[in-house]
Amino acid sequence: MPSFVITEKCDGCKGGDKTACMYICPNDLMVLEPNEMKAYNQEPDQCWECFSCVKICPTQAIEVRGYADFVPLGSSIMPMLGTEDVMWTCKFRNGTIKRFKFPIRTTAEGAANAYLDLVGKDLDSELLSTQEADGYEIPKPLATV
Amino acid sequence: MALPNKPLGELKAVRDPEVEEREVDILIVGGGMAACGTAFEQKKWSPDAKILLCDKAAMERSGAVAQGLSAINTYIGENTPDDYVRMVRNDLMGIVREDLIFDLGCFVDDSVFLFEEWGLPMWKLSDDGKKMDGKKGLKMGTLKEGATPVRTGKWQIMINGESYKRIVAEAAKLALGDDNILERVFIVELLLDANEENRIAGAVGFSVRENKVYIIKCNTMMVACGGAVNIYQPRSVGEGKGRAWYPVWNAGSTYTMCMKVGAELTMMENRFTPSRYKDGYGPVGAWFLLFKAKTLNGLGEGYVGSEAAQAELQKYAPYGTAAITPTCLRNHLMIFEMKEGRGPIMMDTVTALKDLGASVSKKEFKALESEAWENFLDMTCGQANLWCGTNTEPDKKNSEIMPTEPYLLGSHSGCCGLWTSGPDYDWVPEEYKIRYKDKVYNRMTTVNGLFTSGDGVGASGHKFSSGSHAEGRMCAKSMARFVRDNADFKPTISQSNEELVDLVYKPVRLFLEHCDYTTAIDINPEYLKPEGMMYRLMKATHEYGAGTATYYQTSTKSLEMVMDMLQMMREDCEKLAAGDLHELMRAWEIEHRIWTVESHLRHIQFRKETRYPGFYYQADYPGQDDENWFCFVNSKYDPKAKEWDIFKKDYIKIIPD
Ligand SMILES: Cc1cc2nc3c(=O)[nH]c(=O)nc-3n(C[C@H](O)[C@H](O)[C@H](O)COP(=O)(O)OP(=O)(O)OC[C@H]3O[C@@H](n4cnc5c(N)ncnc54)[C@H](O)[C@@H]3O)c2cc1C
Ligand code: SF4
Ligand code: SF4
Repeated sequence: MPSFVITEKCDGCKGGDKTACMYICPNDLMVLEPNEMKAYNQEPDQCWECFSCVKICPTQAIEVRGYADFVPLGSSIMPMLGTEDVMWTCKFRNGTIKRFKFPIRTTAEGAANAYLDLVGKDLDSELLSTQEADGYEIPKPLATV
Repeated sequence: MALPNKPLGELKAVRDPEVEEREVDILIVGGGMAACGTAFEQKKWSPDAKILLCDKAAMERSGAVAQGLSAINTYIGENTPDDYVRMVRNDLMGIVREDLIFDLGCFVDDSVFLFEEWGLPMWKLSDDGKKMDGKKGLKMGTLKEGATPVRTGKWQIMINGESYKRIVAEAAKLALGDDNILERVFIVELLLDANEENRIAGAVGFSVRENKVYIIKCNTMMVACGGAVNIYQPRSVGEGKGRAWYPVWNAGSTYTMCMKVGAELTMMENRFTPSRYKDGYGPVGAWFLLFKAKTLNGLGEGYVGSEAAQAELQKYAPYGTAAITPTCLRNHLMIFEMKEGRGPIMMDTVTALKDLGASVSKKEFKALESEAWENFLDMTCGQANLWCGTNTEPDKKNSEIMPTEPYLLGSHSGCCGLWTSGPDYDWVPEEYKIRYKDKVYNRMTTVNGLFTSGDGVGASGHKFSSGSHAEGRMCAKSMARFVRDNADFKPTISQSNEELVDLVYKPVRLFLEHCDYTTAIDINPEYLKPEGMMYRLMKATHEYGAGTATYYQTSTKSLEMVMDMLQMMREDCEKLAAGDLHELMRAWEIEHRIWTVESHLRHIQFRKETRYPGFYYQADYPGQDDENWFCFVNSKYDPKAKEWDIFKKDYIKIIPD
């Protein structure tokens, strides 16, 4: 199910030094055509349909069409990624529409605790830094052969 | 009309790229779950060390978790690491590294606690036993404080994991610092030290964004570039071939790069061909475990419980007769039905939802439906679209399931990878410890200073996302120790910068030299484009290497033939051509894939039995032969002599049944 870019909606990320879709695609598929300043998927048959580009595009210019090999035409699924939830709209070939909302994160973006001040003490034990701080004890096999 | 011989790709490659040299104490190659674990942990133990991480993509969405996941498949919780070893051992037909698995079991939950703290929503059970999603469940407190997760099986817990990788990468990047991270840098080869035998000294790679080659020297290194996909012809060969189960961007770099500097591999004969929803490759785990769905053959029979199936499982006792049937044997039963003409195999979603619906309210049923869709939308969006495109509502229409094409990996329900050291405990057999200057370094490969984790570590499957992260952290500690103990090491590289640039940019130079000779850029007698080579590899493995063409069967003669083909492919890789940076990456990926596949098939060829029926069959040696083959098979490529050696290694049982 390759991604495609809607010509009218893509603004090339306003000529910034990197475009969002190009930044994110794990398979390096999205590229910017510098004359038209529009992005496109350069290798649609290597698209994993991970939706990373769809979710990140600031102008909702990217959508996905089912793979020609096995998906009949007419359906679509579209995510809207918020800060706490993702909203999916799933449209069936026969017109049925289903909407789902799922949580994606319980903290503010950027708030992950990286334990910047935590310094490990005993490098010769096997304990991980946070386990050492918690006073965890490493189990041993209850019995061995 | 213009002739079609103009280079494609927006980022054209030039003959002479810029060169950037770096020297660090610790190099992390990869940016997936394992590498993110290392990145988080490293500075806690090496506050003053110089550290660099290189990922071919953007860590926020790189690796197998790019799309998200809907479950964490390894959480020990109320279980014991001892039981964890027993489960993994049975699923992988008896031969695993029990020291590595037990060890992982001691650390994995700590990573799960961190994920939750960072903001990953985890499902909880309410006081009256009701399932609450990750947001509502917040009021039950955290897992670390003792809240009860929602289990789908003994080891799995449910999450709302759309942003799983973004959250994990955020903490990793914060902990390591942006200055110590290079994204969009593809590592091509590892480099051995010029003065000391069998000692890692660096790596070379290139930017996929600008014409630049990176030459990086280091004291120690961890390689975690995931497993390998696109090595066998996928079931869809047109536009849909990107929709493999395994993420199309992991190209076997871990195995090939480490093997080429002489690191020992283990159990490369093991592969993973999971049964998934056909074409969309949507996960089936929740359907079996959460929704209690059953599979039917084409006649509508629940074949798994049939007498014939039970008799088949009996042949593979004790694994086949264990409470939980090993993954490969579940495939075996399915393939058995299909070969007998009783396909296709259907997941009976209709009955499952009807049965569940009978016992719950309308509102609860709605929640169930939403869970079913979330299962796909969180980690295999394309499957949801396939359901929409084919008007499939799971309570009204069943869906076909099918085993996939083969993949190689070491952290999911497969166990190929590198032979590494276990931890230095007294209960760990000496044979499982790898020493450098008398000291044991956990998860070090047989090349001194070279570590791996996640999909890289062999004979220790079922780590999954959480275990891979924890293992990356374990590596960080080992590497910190290694750097402390070997602080006076000065890495020296025997190749000159020019030689290394020539190695990395060879496909570009070949292309520029010859591309004007013909009128169509892809067809040229002097070179081959990576895409052509990819098809050659897929065709050969598909037909001879136990691909789907033969229901995963190969034979002694077929293996001999495919070995010849692989050798010529390796030779022809010298003639790969790339006109732009994206294509240069594809050229190196195919090289990595070919070597990885060769080691896979060499292992199958050496092990004269069929250890994993359902994953592959060696027609000349059907069935398991415990008397001769209850052992690891290891292999080693000698970088100097350019020869392979393949041999048996003793399996040592540690945890009693
Ligand atoms: C389809 C699928 C579903 C899964 N479902 C679940 C689940 O429900 N629950 C669960 O717990 N686990 C699940 N897993 C398992 C989990 O995703 C893996 O165990 C885990 O991601 C392995 O971590 P890793 O770091 O070894 O590899 P990955 O996370 O895949 O990371 C590999 C990294 O290496 C980088 N890389 C590759 N080659 C190079 C190179 N040459 N140079 C530089 N960088 C490179 C990639 O960009 C990436 O950053 C699933 C896996 C798959 C494939
Ligand atoms: S992210 Fe969207 S707007 Fe930006 S370049 Fe890509 S398609 Fe265009
Ligand atoms: S859907 Fe994923 S793989 Fe496909 S182009 Fe977008 S980001 Fe890349």
